Amino acid sequence: MNERKSRFTSLSGLDIERVYTPDHLKGWSVEQELGQPGTFPYTRGIYPTMYRSRLWTMRQFAGFGSAYDTNKRFKYLLEQGQTGLSVAFDLPTLMGLDSDDPRARGEVGYCGVAISSLADMERLFDDIPLDQVTTSMTINGPAAVIFAMYLAVAEKRGIPFDRLGGTIQNDILKEYIAQKEWLFPPEPHIALIVETMAYCASHVPKWHPISISGYHIREAGSTAVQELAFTLYDGLTYVEAAVKSGLDVDAFAPQLSFFFNVHNDFFEEIAKFRAARRLWAREMERRYHPKNPRSLQLRCHAQTAGCSLTAQQPMNNVVRTTLQALAAVLGGTQSLHTNSMDETLALPTEDAVKLALRTQQVIAAESETVNTVDPLGGSYFVESLTNRLEEGAQEYFGRLDEMGGMVRAIERGFPQREILDASQRYQREMEQKERSIIGVTDHVEQEGCPIPILKIGPEVEQEQVACLSDLRKSRDPFKMAGSLEELQEMAACHQSLMPSLIEAVKAKATLGEICAALKEVYGTYHEPVVL
Amino acid sequence: MAVATAPLRVLIGKVGLDGHDRGVKLVVRALRDAGVEIIYTGLHQTPEQIVATAIQEDVQAIGLSIHSGAHNSLFPRVLELLKEQGAGDVTLFGGGIIPDGDVPRLKAAGVQMLFRPATPMHDIVDFVKGLRVEH
Repeated sequence: MNERKSRFTSLSGLDIERVYTPDHLKGWSVEQELGQPGTFPYTRGIYPTMYRSRLWTMRQFAGFGSAYDTNKRFKYLLEQGQTGLSVAFDLPTLMGLDSDDPRARGEVGYCGVAISSLADMERLFDDIPLDQVTTSMTINGPAAVIFAMYLAVAEKRGIPFDRLGGTIQNDILKEYIAQKEWLFPPEPHIALIVETMAYCASHVPKWHPISISGYHIREAGSTAVQELAFTLYDGLTYVEAAVKSGLDVDAFAPQLSFFFNVHNDFFEEIAKFRAARRLWAREMERRYHPKNPRSLQLRCHAQTAGCSLTAQQPMNNVVRTTLQALAAVLGGTQSLHTNSMDETLALPTEDAVKLALRTQQVIAAESETVNTVDPLGGSYFVESLTNRLEEGAQEYFGRLDEMGGMVRAIERGFPQREILDASQRYQREMEQKERSIIGVTDHVEQEGCPIPILKIGPEVEQEQVACLSDLRKSRDPFKMAGSLEELQEMAACHQSLMPSLIEAVKAKATLGEICAALKEVYGTYHEPVVL
Repeated sequence: MAVATAPLRVLIGKVGLDGHDRGVKLVVRALRDAGVEIIYTGLHQTPEQIVATAIQEDVQAIGLSIHSGAHNSLFPRVLELLKEQGAGDVTLFGGGIIPDGDVPRLKAAGVQMLFRPATPMHDIVDFVKGLRVEH
């Protein structure tokens, strides 16, 4: 019988055969490749009981306008049954700039919340019990500064640091590769990240000092294999730097976490999560022989693919997101963000974000997919895909090793070019109708379907500028300047920065002032433009 | 209509602080493949930097990608600077995440064309090649 196409491929371009049989798993053994859930190589999940004991954390990424606006959204989400907080910062904050910096004009509060000072951070978490929620903060370049603000808020409220749980993204390598919100050059920045890892290990033991992220790599157009390869290799780069600095692998590796995208190809995505756990466990075991099994376990957060959403017929995005969320659950994620249907157009409205959260709640409560661990384990197709993703990633590992590691590869533009080429292939396939997107390539409607859009007004910027002006007048200028000098001295002699950062934010130094002071010591990053 | 002899020169840039350069790089590749001479600015440019580069490189058009929501302040600022510096004849176009409601105002302000998400690449190439005819 004729088939619809001469060749079937996964979204990442892997050839997919008509049917999968034991022939595809020759030499594959249950003991070696699969194991039991909660045992090496963790293909089936990092816990023996997975969602039978505890569901994933439902964690919607939120932030817009002022700290006051976002604080209200956080409280709304907690009331709706969300189980963890996740902060989106605006672009000036991500770039280490204050809201009143000329380069921030027009961008304050647009893509997230504007945080320039400790006072903003206190408003952001007003009336939120920091010892009872866990907080994830998507911040990279200035991560150590924002973390210092969070710790200072906790200190002011008398909450011991060992009761704080959460994550800072703090992954600069993927910024150079994909997300492009950077501050300092790679070497000093990696050293700064290692410092936050060391500080957490000794002072904030429940905190995840880094979330090694493939999400943005995928959004920039990579394949699933590239996302897996570059993310895990970034992770190994941080581990190597930390071990070289003298840290014991078991002192920090149990607190490493990962962050993956969940795209449209249902089975490929499930296989990606399984391959990620197996490959990480194998590489960590081979390279560092940790004694604590938790050092081998890949914990992760997942977010549905923003780049898969369409501005056309936005209601269709709810369906896409549901399928992606289900793939993340079947892949065994520890926490999940589901995108709202309006996010190609603007930050989500309250109603849109509620529907996105309800999507996760329906999967958890109604689909009965959570009753057994790794339900697709042993499927000829899924196991075969898992193998191929792992092999594809290992091939990249070999090439990156040959180049002398990830920093050298980034300088040569290697991962950037691989991702750009993949994104161009995808674009061509779509334009040549080899890939369909409902509402865009197929079933196109001329009439738009208007949905409500969240608007951010210019008053957010005006208020932030006024607040900063007051802050600068109200503080002790000598104390503030002294704290920055101390910080620069510590940075210059590669001492632990976290205590000095906490002192600087308490002395009311702003985010922009602290980052500018550190740039004087570390330098700034200039991108090798890859076209 | 002048006979076009010199190749069309277009500045393509990212203005503002957002780092989403997936789309803009594909546009650069497509325009180069179509024989357009492209000056690509890289990321995180200010309106001042964009206009200075445009004048220095003597381009006929500027195409800006904005995914940050700051389009309502960045496009008008670029137009204002172009006028101030005697380069008001340079065509300004753009693309990115721009809600429907904002399009008429930006076009009225002088942005020639705004390409929305999922625009076929050949639409952008056709538009830019059409600029040659107008010049």
